[in-house]
Amino acid sequence: MAERDTSGSQVTQDLTISTVSELDLIEDKYSGRKPLGLWADTWRRLKRNHLAVVGMCIIIVFLAVGMTEEIASFTPKGYLAPYNPNAVNYALSPKGLGSPPSWSHPFGTDYLGRDVFSRVLVATRISMLVGVIAVAIALIIGLILGPISGYYGGWVDSVIMRTADVFFAFPYILFVLLIMTVLGPGLWNVFIAIGILGWATYARLNRGSVLSVKAMEYVEAARAQGASDLRIIFRHVLPNTMAPVYVAIAMGIGGAIVTEAALSFLGIGIQPPNASWGKMIADYLSYLAAGSWWMLTFPSVFLVITVFGFISFGNGLRDATDPKLKE
Amino acid sequence: MSLLEVKGLKKHFPIKSGILKRTTGQVYAVDGVSFSVEKGETLGLVGESGCGKSTTGRAVLRLIAPTAGTIIFEGVDIMAASRAQMQTLRRDMQIIFQDPYASLNPRMRVRNIVGESLKIHNVGTEAERKKRVFELLEIVGLSTEHAERYPHEFSGGQRQRIGIARALALQPKLIICDEPVSALDVSIRAQVINLLEDLQDEFDLTYVFIAHDLSVVKHTSDRVAVMYLGKIVEISDSAVLYDRPQHPYTEALLSAVPIPDPHTERARRRIILEGDVPSPANPPKGCVFHPRCPRAQEDCTAAMPALVSTGGDAGERHEVACYFPARFKDGERSVAGEPFAGASPPASA
Amino acid sequence: MGERLLTVDGLSTHFFTYAGVVKAVNGVSFTLDRKETLGIVGESGSGKTVAALSLMRLIPDPPGKIVEGSLMLGDRDLRKLSDEEIRQVRGNDIAMIFQDPMTSLNPVLKIGNQIAEAIILHQDKGKGEAWKMAAELLDRVGIPDAEKRVNQYPFEFSGGMRQRAMIAMAISCNPDILIADEPTTALDVTIQAQIIDVIEEMQQAYESGVILITHDLGVVAEIADKVMVMYGGRTVEYGGIDEIFYNPHHPYTWGLLGSLPRLDQTEKTRLTPIKGQPPDLIALPSGCPFVGRCLYERPTCRNQWPALEIVGPEHGVNCWIPEDERREVRASLPHFQEYAK
Repeated sequence: MAERDTSGSQVTQDLTISTVSELDLIEDKYSGRKPLGLWADTWRRLKRNHLAVVGMCIIIVFLAVGMTEEIASFTPKGYLAPYNPNAVNYALSPKGLGSPPSWSHPFGTDYLGRDVFSRVLVATRISMLVGVIAVAIALIIGLILGPISGYYGGWVDSVIMRTADVFFAFPYILFVLLIMTVLGPGLWNVFIAIGILGWATYARLNRGSVLSVKAMEYVEAARAQGASDLRIIFRHVLPNTMAPVYVAIAMGIGGAIVTEAALSFLGIGIQPPNASWGKMIADYLSYLAAGSWWMLTFPSVFLVITVFGFISFGNGLRDATDPKLKE
Repeated sequence: MSLLEVKGLKKHFPIKSGILKRTTGQVYAVDGVSFSVEKGETLGLVGESGCGKSTTGRAVLRLIAPTAGTIIFEGVDIMAASRAQMQTLRRDMQIIFQDPYASLNPRMRVRNIVGESLKIHNVGTEAERKKRVFELLEIVGLSTEHAERYPHEFSGGQRQRIGIARALALQPKLIICDEPVSALDVSIRAQVINLLEDLQDEFDLTYVFIAHDLSVVKHTSDRVAVMYLGKIVEISDSAVLYDRPQHPYTEALLSAVPIPDPHTERARRRIILEGDVPSPANPPKGCVFHPRCPRAQEDCTAAMPALVSTGGDAGERHEVACYFPARFKDGERSVAGEPFAGASPPASA
Repeated sequence: MGERLLTVDGLSTHFFTYAGVVKAVNGVSFTLDRKETLGIVGESGSGKTVAALSLMRLIPDPPGKIVEGSLMLGDRDLRKLSDEEIRQVRGNDIAMIFQDPMTSLNPVLKIGNQIAEAIILHQDKGKGEAWKMAAELLDRVGIPDAEKRVNQYPFEFSGGMRQRAMIAMAISCNPDILIADEPTTALDVTIQAQIIDVIEEMQQAYESGVILITHDLGVVAEIADKVMVMYGGRTVEYGGIDEIFYNPHHPYTWGLLGSLPRLDQTEKTRLTPIKGQPPDLIALPSGCPFVGRCLYERPTCRNQWPALEIVGPEHGVNCWIPEDERREVRASLPHFQEYAK
């Protein structure tokens, strides 16, 4: 019989019954290994996925830039970028076509002679805010209604899902326009509008997983122990339905940034002279034909890189959070 | 007083079809099941898939709402219990599941899985709960160092032990064991069976042991109820049932189980039943077993025979639902030509 | 027994995974004669299914690979056959019945179609004739209204019926060897009895050799002629059915027999389980895989695999415990006193 330390057994000497000795307190390959937390375990697996790590770095960099600018916006100067992003300087825009990249203006200047690099940096703040806040709003609504819908079923499910269908069926931009008309223009209203519109995706996605998870025996076990519905939904069901949601969150943030761009393009998003990537793309598009490629290129590249970062990180996170996936 | 008394328990699942989800039929999963369980005993519920044994177990705990019937636990009618009363009752009635992989939340640590019910019912302080969890792990043969791990780090047998520890946490009086060893390997199966037996002695537990494996049920149970298509067809003391089965289905079931002993096995007479179990959505008229029954006669197609005591040899408790039960007298087995009058359901039914 | 159909010598099948080499089958040898039934007994992870799949060269490669051993089907070496030749062997010479009749039939094809396909593939038959044969085969395996049933889809069949259909498909080309991998595990006990009957009947009718893979010693006791007990990818013991049940020599075999509750037991006895947990297949010891769970192990066991010891006619065991000591230990086990009666 394998020798082993049965520390702790003295606590229950009186309760120890014949079975235990028969069993030889189980020893296995996990013995002696420090148990990892789920997140530590996730991180260990995530590290191996190079694409996900790249995505994560991108996200961190852009979040950092956005956050720095956010903090800087409260200082008297109002920005951290090398130039005032909104300072018009016609001298730098002969013929109203801006000036191409140079040592002093690496991304060039736009048609009003504003430094594109500074504008892209400051725009990062707004774009990241849109992504994160809009998705957060959508997620909160979606992850409350989705599990409730799936868990209770019946008429509750019908009502929530039919409402979600309406949100899906309605032309998206038209819907945002409608909400923006009601709320009025403004940065926060953009967040709210995009957020409200996004919930249906998360709710429906989550409801599907909830349907399969709620049939699991551990959910029944929780019920047998007298757990309340709320506890079952948020402790047992929801955490086990999150894997597809992670991907959706990542896609959603990318999507929200793009949607904001589209709104700005239509002139109902960010109000001038504030800059977001979408707003910049919208403003600069017409200058491409005139040969001023730098104005459009840099905000577009930033947008694409960010969306890519979120998607590859989201995919990696989905795979890494599954505790059943052994190494 | 019996610890648990179930009378006329029914669970019908509606079959919904069409876009309007109209109910177009019923699955008679459990259809009028009555039994009682005494304190400290093990009642085996045995039958083939679809016979309603698991549904019965879950309905008794009200994990699914029964369609009809009464369930009396320690003199309290569970069917009439309010939400709050039910919450208290749950402390005394627990369940152990079949699938050691699906029955533990993969995102919870073992200590949280085992200790969850303590938390739900606000038992003790955080420190006391922790101590109790360690104690429970020791009781089921795991060690305290397992407490911080997640379920996927365990083998099937170990997981089943975690499930057992969870069920024991609140010191329940009744545990429904729903196929607790079916998913386990033979060598592990014996460990878990022995553990369940030890726990029963140690903590004075009462089991309802649901299984399809008759050898396991025979080994673990004091009394056995045989189910077929949502009904109990025979119920008696375990040894009597295996020795002197009266219902033709029980006979066939017993004869179909191979015995791991080549000489005995090859000398046995085997009753092979024709065909498959009919769908519980459309059970046969009359006795549910008559289409496959070697003894079926005209009387059997009229009505389902009642589950009544036929009076065994030595006056042991033995109830059977059959018009032509096998009788045993002085070691001789005989089947009467005339239908057993006691089995006829009352005219009003 | 009849002519020798199959000789497997030192078969090793390993899986090369990210986490390490899984030695699923490790130096396994056995033979099969015509009309003989070999039971391969073992728990999950013992390598019994991989051994069978290796015979048909159905191991997914990568990650799996037959690394050693010879597989002789008559005088043909199965390891040396080309892909085309092995395809001819599958179905024609060796056919297989799987555990789960729900997933081993294609749900969108008619039953008749699936059987006829196998016939057309291996025999020179037209479509009409093949369908007629399919109906006859279904009738033979005991499916009523076979003429009508060939035109049905798998979902219209019950579990037992599907397994019958699988058997019909397997015997359609009159194979010499029929491998049944846990053929009754997914079925109810009364249906299991039917299916075992059908397998036995078909074996008689077609004079095939049957390899029955199962964890159920009851089923083995019922139909096997000889038994191979596997644990952790190794054969720990093999022998005739009576030898294995009444004269077992390996502690694992004792353990298995002692863990079983028996229907015909008159007094209630306590089961004798095997202690511990199944082995981690990635980190198997170089010696006997049963170490850690064996009550009689000695220092040699962990590092060295014991040589095959012949203890009777056609009865071999791989164990370091000396034979006389084994007999002594066994006599003291409660389980074998019962058998001795």
